[in-house]
Amino acid sequence: MTQKLATAALALLATAGSASAEKIKFEYWYGLTGDLGAVVAETCNRFNAAQDQYEAVCVGQDGYEKAVQNTIAAFRAGKHPTLLQSFDAGTADLMLSGEFYPVTKLMADTGVAVDWADYFPGIANYYSSKSGEFFSMPWNSSTPVYYFNKDHFSKAGITEAPVTWEGMEEAFKALKASGQACSLAYAPSSWIDLEQFSMAHNIPVASNNNGYDGLDTELLFNTTLHVQHMENIQRWMTEGYAMLRTQAAGKTARDSFVEGECSVFFSSIADHNTIHKLKPAFGWDVQIIPTYEGVERHNTVVGGASLWVLSGKTEDEYKAAAAYLAFLATKEEQQFLLENTGYIPVTKSTYEALLAEGFYAKEPFINRDIAMKSLTYTEPTELTRGIRLGGMIQIRAEWTAEVEAALAGQKTMKEALDTAVARGNEQLARFAQTYAGKSFP
Amino acid sequence: MRRAHFKFSWIVPLLLAPQLLVIFTFFYWPSAQALYWAFTLEQPWGGGNTWVGFENFRKVLSDPYYWGSVRVSVIYALATTVLAMGMALTLALFVDRQLAGYRVWRVGIIWPYAVAAPAVGLAFQFVFNPGAGIFSFINTLAPGWWDLSKYPWQAVTAIVIAGAWKQVAYSFIFFLAALQSIPRSLTEAAAMDGARPLRRMLDLQLPLLTPTFFFLLVINITDSFTDSFGIVDTLTGGGPFRATDLMVYKIYSDGFRGFDYSGAAAQSIILMCLVMALTFIQFRYIERRVHYT
Repeated sequence: MTQKLATAALALLATAGSASAEKIKFEYWYGLTGDLGAVVAETCNRFNAAQDQYEAVCVGQDGYEKAVQNTIAAFRAGKHPTLLQSFDAGTADLMLSGEFYPVTKLMADTGVAVDWADYFPGIANYYSSKSGEFFSMPWNSSTPVYYFNKDHFSKAGITEAPVTWEGMEEAFKALKASGQACSLAYAPSSWIDLEQFSMAHNIPVASNNNGYDGLDTELLFNTTLHVQHMENIQRWMTEGYAMLRTQAAGKTARDSFVEGECSVFFSSIADHNTIHKLKPAFGWDVQIIPTYEGVERHNTVVGGASLWVLSGKTEDEYKAAAAYLAFLATKEEQQFLLENTGYIPVTKSTYEALLAEGFYAKEPFINRDIAMKSLTYTEPTELTRGIRLGGMIQIRAEWTAEVEAALAGQKTMKEALDTAVARGNEQLARFAQTYAGKSFP
Repeated sequence: MRRAHFKFSWIVPLLLAPQLLVIFTFFYWPSAQALYWAFTLEQPWGGGNTWVGFENFRKVLSDPYYWGSVRVSVIYALATTVLAMGMALTLALFVDRQLAGYRVWRVGIIWPYAVAAPAVGLAFQFVFNPGAGIFSFINTLAPGWWDLSKYPWQAVTAIVIAGAWKQVAYSFIFFLAALQSIPRSLTEAAAMDGARPLRRMLDLQLPLLTPTFFFLLVINITDSFTDSFGIVDTLTGGGPFRATDLMVYKIYSDGFRGFDYSGAAAQSIILMCLVMALTFIQFRYIERRVHYT
């Protein structure tokens, strides 16, 4: 009997001993899937291999939306991860709930030095509070550009990829004249056609400086240049320059472009890497999104996702998460992300170092930093810092459904946008009512 | 008058307890929670909620798009039920007649029921894809005629066919079992009286199937209201312009994607009431015509 007890005690001691030598674990839930998800998982492996104090347990959640949904469910049950990769549209609720640990504070509390001023202002502003404190850690960042078929362009006699919409229309006409049946593969995207378009033109999407200054916000995009732009897109479709290319219509815009069917399509710079991998049988390049003549061009803002640290975790887990975030921010790790995806650097020093090394002078990275030009075109203004709206996912969905209805000829574009605004405003009012008395930090 | 009754025994509640516990945990509790949320504005990350009375219901019911969603849900439920039960009955009658290879068909036809709804949606995405699917053949004859992103009725047709295809198997099993439980002596007697197969089907088999028919009607309608989510999500995503935004899909997109838990809760309550009302109507008016003999 005593012998048994002694063995048991020994066994207990042994486990206790090994437990203290174990690494501090923290959980990280990410939304990226497929090849990109594999890159996230790889950063975790690299982190775990690079040091022996902490261990990142990284779990893919099958998409940004699901990552946020699952985290909310887990959070309500008290089983949430320390770190969450979230896309911008999903974070208004998180910001107001206050259930996160602002990364500026986290890094200061855990003694990790970060040069916050090194982040590009277009990125920094997007992820920080009014007082300049970073809520979340910028990581996989992008911005929209357009991709064009160089062979089609030269056949049509277009020597330079246009940077104005007027020039774009001329290009469409030239392409058509050269026998090109489809100039633009169009898929409605509120992110590009509404949000980034408004940034580049320095026009509001919503009142209260796009929602930054209060919750009693109303949408304004049915009163701006956006209406004329959408009407132009509709006109280009009826005149036969543009074609609707979506999954539901049978082929995505990107597939249409890669197959050489349409000459131009708009997408995130993150697609740059994907298109290289798909190896189109023609020359192609990217250009910043056009603006209308007579409008002073401004910066676009960052898209993609950032990493949020959630509340209710232990000090050890926070230390581990801070170490991982600092690891991701190093030049080496940013470069790893850039080389394996189409994303862009988030800090000035990394970008400059890459430029100096000639990173962007060799394939497949040539011209990929056109995104940096778009993102840093001007210093962000009150209207080009970003958009901070509750119910953003639903507002985007309303916009898409209404624009699709207009493009199918069910209503005029103006009616569609008016309806989208009216319905979006109801969302905003509901959001304000849900968080009565609160405001964005 | 003496009434027969059982003596109270602890065995009874003991045996019922596990089942009741499961129902309570997975049905009554969530339903009560949904009912509570339907009258409040719930913050997704916790942190409290505000009581708003009937505001959520008022907002949902005054939304013209919501009524569009109700309308298409009813169309979807009726169309899939009719289509699925019609096909299932036809197939079951053939298998029951023991046509060549009926053993293979009997097993084969049951399989689709084991396929998950999203997988069905995905499979039909290839069938209905206007650019590359089977239906794209139509577009080679009449370019641009078949386009799910443009024509609401085509999108509705697509989800109805996919939904019906999935439900055929379930109804088939029940129809076949019911057909096989019809005493052979009845069929044989009818045959001796000179009734040919078609006549026997109409006058003998179908009337004897009414209880099964009624049961399947209730199950199929309920199912098509609540189980259509996966098909819509993978096949149309609720589009084009909300044409296939079924009630259950709208609950998902408002609640889980849009974080509007309260609005979604109110919609769930409405959906629950609608399904209950429909079931009640079926029991009240259709069951009268059913003969359980």
